[in-house]
Amino acid sequence: MLGYSIRRLLAAIPTLLLLIAASFVLIQVAPGGPFTSERPLPPQVLANIEARYGLDQPMWKQFWDYLYNIVFHFDFGPSFKFKDRDVNDIIAQGFPISLTYGFLSFLAATSVGVTLGVAAAIRHNTWIDYFAVSLGIAAQALPNFIMGPILILVFTLYLGWLPGGGWNGGAWPYLIMPVIALSTSYMGSIARITRSSMLEVLNSNYIRTARAKGIPERQIIWKHAMKPTLLPVVSYLGPVFVYVLTGSVFVDIYFSTGGLGQAYVGSALSRDYSVLLGVTILYGGLTVLVNLITDLAYAWFDPKIRY
Amino acid sequence: MFGSSKKTIELAEAVNEQAVVGRSLWRDAYDRFTSNKAAMVCVATLGCIVLFTLAGPFFAVWDNETIDWTAMGDVRGLGAPSVESGHFFGVDDLGRDLYSRVIQATTTSLLVGLIGAAMALIVGTLYGIVAGYLGGRIDGLMMRFVDILLAIPSTLVIILLLVVAGRSFIMLFVALGAVSWLSMARIVRGQTLTLKNRDFIEAARAAGVGEFTIMIRHILPNLLGVVIVYASLLVPEMILAESFISFLGLGISEPYTSLGALIAEGAGTMAYGTLWQLLFPLFFYVTIIITMFFIGDGLRDALDPKDR
Repeated sequence: MLGYSIRRLLAAIPTLLLLIAASFVLIQVAPGGPFTSERPLPPQVLANIEARYGLDQPMWKQFWDYLYNIVFHFDFGPSFKFKDRDVNDIIAQGFPISLTYGFLSFLAATSVGVTLGVAAAIRHNTWIDYFAVSLGIAAQALPNFIMGPILILVFTLYLGWLPGGGWNGGAWPYLIMPVIALSTSYMGSIARITRSSMLEVLNSNYIRTARAKGIPERQIIWKHAMKPTLLPVVSYLGPVFVYVLTGSVFVDIYFSTGGLGQAYVGSALSRDYSVLLGVTILYGGLTVLVNLITDLAYAWFDPKIRY
Repeated sequence: MFGSSKKTIELAEAVNEQAVVGRSLWRDAYDRFTSNKAAMVCVATLGCIVLFTLAGPFFAVWDNETIDWTAMGDVRGLGAPSVESGHFFGVDDLGRDLYSRVIQATTTSLLVGLIGAAMALIVGTLYGIVAGYLGGRIDGLMMRFVDILLAIPSTLVIILLLVVAGRSFIMLFVALGAVSWLSMARIVRGQTLTLKNRDFIEAARAAGVGEFTIMIRHILPNLLGVVIVYASLLVPEMILAESFISFLGLGISEPYTSLGALIAEGAGTMAYGTLWQLLFPLFFYVTIIITMFFIGDGLRDALDPKDR
């Protein structure tokens, strides 16, 4: 197990390096620098500014400095558009917000999805089953950017129960709609996966043996069927994380939470390359990390895996 | 050639007719698919939508760019959907005819789905076959590359590409294609690995068939089922991704539009009581996605040998 963990950890490093290098090069070859504007700056001023941000160095030097600062100082450099803030400030301001409701959505979707899926499988072909299945299908057609407007329409415009956006320090009325909008889609997927996995497990031979021995149904489900049922769910958690991540970009924009997604899209539109690069690397790095954790969890969960 | 007299030709035709008509794999799959009611209903619905995008423009009174100045002054009243004014779906916030805009957007979204999936189909299949068939170190390298790319959230890659290369139709397709082929390559490679050790490949090799011909003639046709199923599931995924990005305002830019962009506009103005601006694009969007999913599911049931 330890050897396997170390091997997986080492395999993640080239992925991260390639991610940083690819994004860096892409941004470098983009037409127009951050200081290109309709009114061209005098060459001397431009040279001064570029020297200030280190843009006059050769590309390998720039990349090396960038990498060095990320690895040893966790510093993503200055923002090109905001004179008084660097990328770290922007991340530090927005990321906790995105993380808060992202984590809540993750929790809500996983717990509700698994419960629904298990209930559907146990009560196969009853209304609970049909409900879970239709929710799973509907969820695929109702991704976050469709759920958001619908929720606002119902709960803010018609019923007037919930505020239509903002953060307010994370007070719970401001959290409900972002969490629902973000979690519905993959809650449905998790319910579907859990249901089909549970049905397969309940039809397997060892469960039949357990039933034949007269073990009470409750114990069969909790003690024997639960762990193998959750295996596909665990392997789905990596994609779920990616959903939450990209979905949070929408939630930040639509509900004006002030999260990192707003800064991300803002930087994409205003070509604030350093912010765009920093957030892309942060998100990509987190994805690599979560995939790593998922793999390790899977290895721990599934006794059949040999490392 | 030997004997091409009338008699031999007749004889050949007679033999051909007598040959037992075998039930091919494809015939089987076709029968299974057509007997799947949900999938057939969805094919019909999708057909209606495609027909609507083709025939719809002939009934349009307004085109998608002309601004109706009278309606623009009173979008909520005069701009509401009505047959008399010629705005069947109402007008958008700028006074443009929503009927024409929805047709334009639906066409875009369908194209995005089809072209995105087609690019994945071609690139992913070729890459996967080559990697799987050659095997060894080349396979290891090629798949390592795919794994690394797969570890990066695809939406971020699309956004990055669109920002760097500028937002245009072609770039959108390139960006979608750049991320969609990865998992296709993985699936195809896995299938190729199991196929290439089968006896009929051995037989082909023993008979002196070239490597390239084996890939094209013998492996590719056996992959088609899996590839088609996965491509059909990719279509709604591509539409979703494009709509998401257009919703954020990072996708297709004016005068082009897509369902995601229209939904974003409608969602922005729904507080003013012009709900139709949200509901019409939303209806088309949800219908396309749901029908696509059911068609994909039907194809999987029909073509995937595992579930038989």
